[in-house]
Amino acid sequence: MDASPSHGPDGAPVGRRVVLGLLGLGALGVVTGASVQDGLSRMLAPVQLRDPTGLTSLVPLGNTWRYYSVTGAVEPRDASTYTLKVAGLVDRPTTYRLPDLEALPQLSFTDTFHCVTGWHVPDVPWRGVRLSDLLDRAAPTDEAVGVRFHSFDGTYSVNMTLDQALADDVIVALGMYGKPVTHDHGGPVRIYSGSMYGYKSTKWLSEIEVTDNDDPGYWEARGYPLDGIIGE
Amino acid sequence: MSESAAHSVARFARAERLVHRSVAILMGVCLITAVILYNGSLMLAVGHRHVVETVHVWSGLALPVPMLAGALSAAYRADVRRLNRFTPADWRWLRSKDRRDGTIRVGKFNAGQKVNSWLVAGATGVLLGTGALMYWTGLVRLSWRSGATFVHDWSALALGLLVLGHIAYAVRDPEARRGMRTGRVSTRWARTEHAAWVDELEDRSIP
Repeated sequence: MDASPSHGPDGAPVGRRVVLGLLGLGALGVVTGASVQDGLSRMLAPVQLRDPTGLTSLVPLGNTWRYYSVTGAVEPRDASTYTLKVAGLVDRPTTYRLPDLEALPQLSFTDTFHCVTGWHVPDVPWRGVRLSDLLDRAAPTDEAVGVRFHSFDGTYSVNMTLDQALADDVIVALGMYGKPVTHDHGGPVRIYSGSMYGYKSTKWLSEIEVTDNDDPGYWEARGYPLDGIIGE
Repeated sequence: MSESAAHSVARFARAERLVHRSVAILMGVCLITAVILYNGSLMLAVGHRHVVETVHVWSGLALPVPMLAGALSAAYRADVRRLNRFTPADWRWLRSKDRRDGTIRVGKFNAGQKVNSWLVAGATGVLLGTGALMYWTGLVRLSWRSGATFVHDWSALALGLLVLGHIAYAVRDPEARRGMRTGRVSTRWARTEHAAWVDELEDRSIP
């Protein structure tokens, strides 16, 4: 059995100072990290865009995308056979194919994508159909108070109130960064809501269901705020 | 002193080995789930984010439990005290190019082991705090959560590298591994790697 040295501790308690220093540095980083990260990101964005090795995506440099999936690997859907159903408490349920959606008036804007856990990606160019246009065409009945988005991953769904869903910055996104939305980003079609955290923007969208409730969706049932408004 | 004891010396008490094993398992689970949560291709291949996240969060919250529970053992407390203390000889050892030639007589832990223990302890605390802010999203405002994510990412990367380095040193030194597995190391190894510690043990055994 070992015991402490008989002649007492030797040397300075540097370990304790280092540990406390690191904790202090961590706290400072929490308070200032957002602006440091944004600064780094602005500096590094040109490098990352031209990085042929992909190595910069392995380290947490700059504001990068994090890809989430709540089921096993999601089977990609082909743009040529993709369909989107608008159904539930509506007078005119409709199923759209991708060309149908492309033929509707498109809205384009650039926005910062916010995850509720804190990471964000600035200046993301989006393009798509206003959700309010699709809902107007479907004509929700008088009982309608909510909208539920279903994902073709078979598990994910999320709620919004009908009023939230009719907001100007909620789109059924078809394009991102000037190209079709990729599978990893939830393509061929996903939701993007500019004033809400990412979990409200359903990936791999398969159905928009108008409902008589505002029941919590996948992450809301696991503790995330029901409204998911950025900054709240 | 029995004959087997003459050839080997006790290095780690049972409680210390138990703490080491528990921390190793929890740390391994944390790092593996961290890689899945962080890397986009892995995340999309594995999926099940909520399960991976739950495992990650609870292993992380459990990580300090064995570290703190170790304080119930006198041997653990004594070794924490040794790791905490840094001498001028430790500085010389760190700066020396031929630190392993035995000129600088090393105590129970060399300076590198001490620095590693501080960084692991500090990083664990930082990851615990920032992780809590990210997980319980109602605790602080969004910009602080962004800061917490920033700190969590970089600390995790640093800690991952420290753990890899720790494993690399262990792979190269079977006797050091035996010390952590069985609690005893050969006296010959102890004299080479930790001469001052052996002196200390012998001083104490001479009446």
